[in-house]
Amino acid sequence: MLVRKEVKPLRLIDEDGLRTDGRRVDELRNIKIDVGVLKNADGSCYLEIGRNKVMAAVYGPREVHPRHLALPDRAILRCRYHMVPFSVLERKSPNPTRREIELSKVIREALEPALFLEYFPRTTIDVYIEILQADGGTRTAGISAAAVALADAGIPMRDLVTAIAVGKADGHIILDLNDLEDKYGEADMPVAMMPNLGSITLLQADGEFTPEEFKEALNLAMKGIREVYAKQREALRRRYLKVREEVEGSV
Amino acid sequence: MSRSEEVIPKLEKHKLSSLISKGERIDGRELNEYRPITIDVNCIEKAEGSAIVSLGNTVSIAGVKAEIGTPFADTPNEGVLIVNAEFLPLASPSFEPGPPDENAIEIARVVDRGIRSSRTLDLERLCIIPGKRVWVIYVDVYVLNHNGNMIDASGLAVLSALLTAKIPVVKVSEDERIGITDEWVPLPIRDRPVPVTMAKIGDKLVVDPNINEELSMDCRLTLTVNERGSICAVQKGGRGSLSMNDILYAVDLALKVSKEIRSALPPLPKIEDITYVVK
Repeated sequence: MLVRKEVKPLRLIDEDGLRTDGRRVDELRNIKIDVGVLKNADGSCYLEIGRNKVMAAVYGPREVHPRHLALPDRAILRCRYHMVPFSVLERKSPNPTRREIELSKVIREALEPALFLEYFPRTTIDVYIEILQADGGTRTAGISAAAVALADAGIPMRDLVTAIAVGKADGHIILDLNDLEDKYGEADMPVAMMPNLGSITLLQADGEFTPEEFKEALNLAMKGIREVYAKQREALRRRYLKVREEVEGSV
Repeated sequence: MSRSEEVIPKLEKHKLSSLISKGERIDGRELNEYRPITIDVNCIEKAEGSAIVSLGNTVSIAGVKAEIGTPFADTPNEGVLIVNAEFLPLASPSFEPGPPDENAIEIARVVDRGIRSSRTLDLERLCIIPGKRVWVIYVDVYVLNHNGNMIDASGLAVLSALLTAKIPVVKVSEDERIGITDEWVPLPIRDRPVPVTMAKIGDKLVVDPNINEELSMDCRLTLTVNERGSICAVQKGGRGSLSMNDILYAVDLALKVSKEIRSALPPLPKIEDITYVVK
């Protein structure tokens, strides 16, 4: 087995207030979003944030299999979050772990408030999130990517869903934790929301926050979410300007 | 355990929601009032620790089993804690036999997160031979009767079982052979993180939702609060969403309610002078 060791940093934030990757405490990693990257899916999105690489695809609304799961008054939303075995330093078994089962559930519940499921009775909307490379914040990257893929699939939405993690490292409240900060930091809190509606659709945390730190962290998450939201919108707009050019060019 | 869809009559749901919008609840409780809690500890003599917790008609039983095993490679000097939750088919007409489903896994992981984040168990003191042998503490929690808020019932059962659990002092010889002594001591526990679950129904938050309130809720929020008054685990569940104001209100509510609940729990064991491993 080839072992690439990761070294525990002596500290996560240096005397200049910079983090292990040179960011300030309230700074996001670089984000790249591409829309409509998979031909078979009804909607898809490839998203990078720092070294995270995430692919999301949406199929549906389509017929439900097995049939007994279909609901007479609305669509069901199914969601699978999955990490590929080579996405982390030590190979992860491809079978779904308990962590992946829980994340699939909370991601589904984060996306569902944005959808008008009652428009598509007896159908399913399936969301697949594959983590191709993980470096801290994969569930939030997965949610942001899945929301763009849902929009790309033309599914009516109340708003996009945008997610980011905040946390605590060396006593500082920080935005968008990388893997080292997630592992060795004091706390981690992923947040997802529909930014235009101010509705928080996912909230989890571990580590320890005083009530004051908790509030500060939530506010920092709002700031990060606004920035990611702008990138999601821009990516969708870019994609559909391109579609329009193609359509108008062919006339 | 898989679950078939639970249902609540629309009439009842409507009644319940309209009462809550007026600040009343169908079972007569205040919006921020917990159901009566009873905790019966050491009910299973063969377990290292155990507790049956009831919140009204919701009942959970947790048991602790300890064994000597190997540590995880990335934490060679720490004991291992494993929390598992299952819904038994005897607990509700909607539970079916089978491996734990996403709901059971979620509960186990939320309870585990609260205990781990507040460093409840001093895992370093459960190390026997660094890198080789450590105590592995299993806590299994089973819901016996589901009448809403299984997270808190299970969290309190796990905590109570851990608080009353006893393990033997172990003796390590020169050639690293491990023997068990006759002296039984409490687990090295230094915090009591209390989960407080609230359900959002309409524009109100209600503490400790019963099953019909859960079936009527937009979503729920669990905040786990430790002895220092810090928040050490958060989990939003369910289809709906929360506003910033909901969350800030929930923090204040959880801080207050957690204190009342903690007073019903077994006390923290005195562990300062305990030696878990003797030469």
